[in-house]
Amino acid sequence: MKSLSLTTRISLLFAVAASLVLLVTGYILTQVVEAHFEDQDRHELTGKLELIQNLFKHATSNKELDQLPQQLDDALVGHPGLAVVVVDAAGGLWFVTSGSDFPRALLQECQTQSRGCAPGTLQQWKQAGGSYRGMALSITAGGGKPYTVIVAQDIQDHEHFIGKFRSVLAIAITLAAFATASLGWIVTRWGLSPLRQVTDTVANISAERLSDRLQVANLPTELIPLAAAFNAMLARLDDSFRRLSEFSSNIAHELRTPISNLMTQTQVALSSARDKDEYKEVLYSSLEEYERMAQMVGDMLYLAQADNGLLRPGPDNVDLADETQGLFDYFEAWAEARGVSLTLMGSATTFGDRLMLRRALSNLISNAIRHTPPGQAVRVSLSGHGDKVIVTVENPGPEIPAEHLPRLFDRFYRVDPSRQRKGDGAGLGLAIVKSIIDAHEGAITVTSANGMTRFQLTLPASRDR
Amino acid sequence: MKILIVEDEPKTGDYLKQGLSEAGFVTDLARDGWEGLELAKAGHYDLMILDVMLPGLNGWQVLEGIRRSGIEVPVLFLTARDRVEDRVKGLESGADDYLVKPFAFAELLARVRSLVRRGHAGMESSFLKAADLELDLLRRRATRAGRKVELTAKEFALLELFLRRQGEVLPRSLIASQVWDMNFDSDTNVIDVAVRRLRVKIDDGFEFKLIHTVRGMGYVLEAGPRGTAP
Repeated sequence: MKSLSLTTRISLLFAVAASLVLLVTGYILTQVVEAHFEDQDRHELTGKLELIQNLFKHATSNKELDQLPQQLDDALVGHPGLAVVVVDAAGGLWFVTSGSDFPRALLQECQTQSRGCAPGTLQQWKQAGGSYRGMALSITAGGGKPYTVIVAQDIQDHEHFIGKFRSVLAIAITLAAFATASLGWIVTRWGLSPLRQVTDTVANISAERLSDRLQVANLPTELIPLAAAFNAMLARLDDSFRRLSEFSSNIAHELRTPISNLMTQTQVALSSARDKDEYKEVLYSSLEEYERMAQMVGDMLYLAQADNGLLRPGPDNVDLADETQGLFDYFEAWAEARGVSLTLMGSATTFGDRLMLRRALSNLISNAIRHTPPGQAVRVSLSGHGDKVIVTVENPGPEIPAEHLPRLFDRFYRVDPSRQRKGDGAGLGLAIVKSIIDAHEGAITVTSANGMTRFQLTLPASRDR
Repeated sequence: MKILIVEDEPKTGDYLKQGLSEAGFVTDLARDGWEGLELAKAGHYDLMILDVMLPGLNGWQVLEGIRRSGIEVPVLFLTARDRVEDRVKGLESGADDYLVKPFAFAELLARVRSLVRRGHAGMESSFLKAADLELDLLRRRATRAGRKVELTAKEFALLELFLRRQGEVLPRSLIASQVWDMNFDSDTNVIDVAVRRLRVKIDDGFEFKLIHTVRGMGYVLEAGPRGTAP
């Protein structure tokens, strides 16, 4: 499912939050209004009860008692909706205001339970389509006769008001929710406009314009880390892209030279009749070019495998001292012929692929031998440091200028471009070393100072298996 | 010695056939997997050279078919894919060796000869001889014309390789792999230096030279007069 847009999402959340707040406010308001009405009713009813109680208190004779209903009617004039019922001790209706029809239940409760008839205990009921709130009280007339008085108030008006209040509130809340959502939408769109600007900038970046960067300075704080991360990614992309295009132009260049040699010498050979030995010579010369190209293609394939993550080191503990000694045996004659001696110090065991590590070490050692002046020594040192193994291959000799060091492991990179075809290989040796070390999740660094060039490898230590 | 070549690339197939025939082998050439499988079942070959990428059946399927028919011919795979998985797959499915294209013909020839020899394995001799050069493997002793020659361990191993494969041109890569266990190309001339030193020890001062350079191919030890061996 496609996820909602940020703007929609934020607007909806705004609307939901606003509705929740308004609903709670509305609920509280309704409660307050209802409580207010109840208080008002209680006050009114208590007042009436007190009035009636006073009238009864002063009616000491039967004659006065007989006049009471008239007095009650007079007292209740101008109070529509107020009803009074007086019941005598025998349960007979002694007085009823016109139109009142009180529930028997309330009367009975009042007669049997004094609690229900305490002043201030408000009862509420519905009957014949109307809502009432009422109170009961047991009183004693001046003459000593007990009576139960019940007063009730029609509260239909209140209910009507509250109902109306509720519906107005509901409409208001709904409108407010819609308003918040729309306002939220506008505000969000406006608030997110820097993001759209970033998007526009990003959309305009193509392979040819990888040097473009996002302007971090004008962005809101929240977007700065994103923009910075994006810029860093662009920088890495730019770098790899540059290396890649250099790599392909280098491949073309490297292949152009031998192919042009082959074409020229073949065309020259064919341009006039020659004897057998001369043809043979041409073929031999071609063979050398082919071999050089084959090796270059092989190296490039190896690097391509490394790029595609196809170089997976085999899981073995590799004794680096053994490997180095084996390589020394191999290079011994060649080094001796150049007057270079080989020394090994220390020992270490790493975890990885024997053949790959051997190839990496071989490239480093042959490289070191090649650049060591006669009479001096190439030194390989091995040491373990916790879960790491350090291998250094160092040789005395001319220093590599500092500006070349960071690019030394680039493909086809040569410190001295003129040395290209003097048997130094295609300039892929160190790139292969780096690929192999990377595949082992190790690290390689190079320093060149005080007449000493030093390659340092960091590899994982051996594991118990 | 009969060799079956299964290769669909026309030029490669033709040159392999020509090269191996000139090296003294009887060769048949199949252009696709089905034909290769039929020929392998019908004829008695001492070796099969199988390309991996073939029309019809691929190299592995051909090999599977051959092995299912109970034919135990040694198989050398040619692959353009220089991938570890391919090598493992090839060797697991019963191939005896593999070569990655592009390869040197001398390298192929050397591998073919080792495989054919393995197919006809006899007792490995502990005493090797070429003309007046003698090698006693048990006592680690080398003599030329009765005089002892002092050799380092690696020189001894190198000379043993030359003697075991007299008359065969040994490419540098094969020497590096057999003597020093170096299975990748090095851009140095280590092998040349090593062979030069060995020649100084066994050929210097003798009229008849045993070890010869074959230009563009490698080195060869010849017990007899130098012929036109490939």
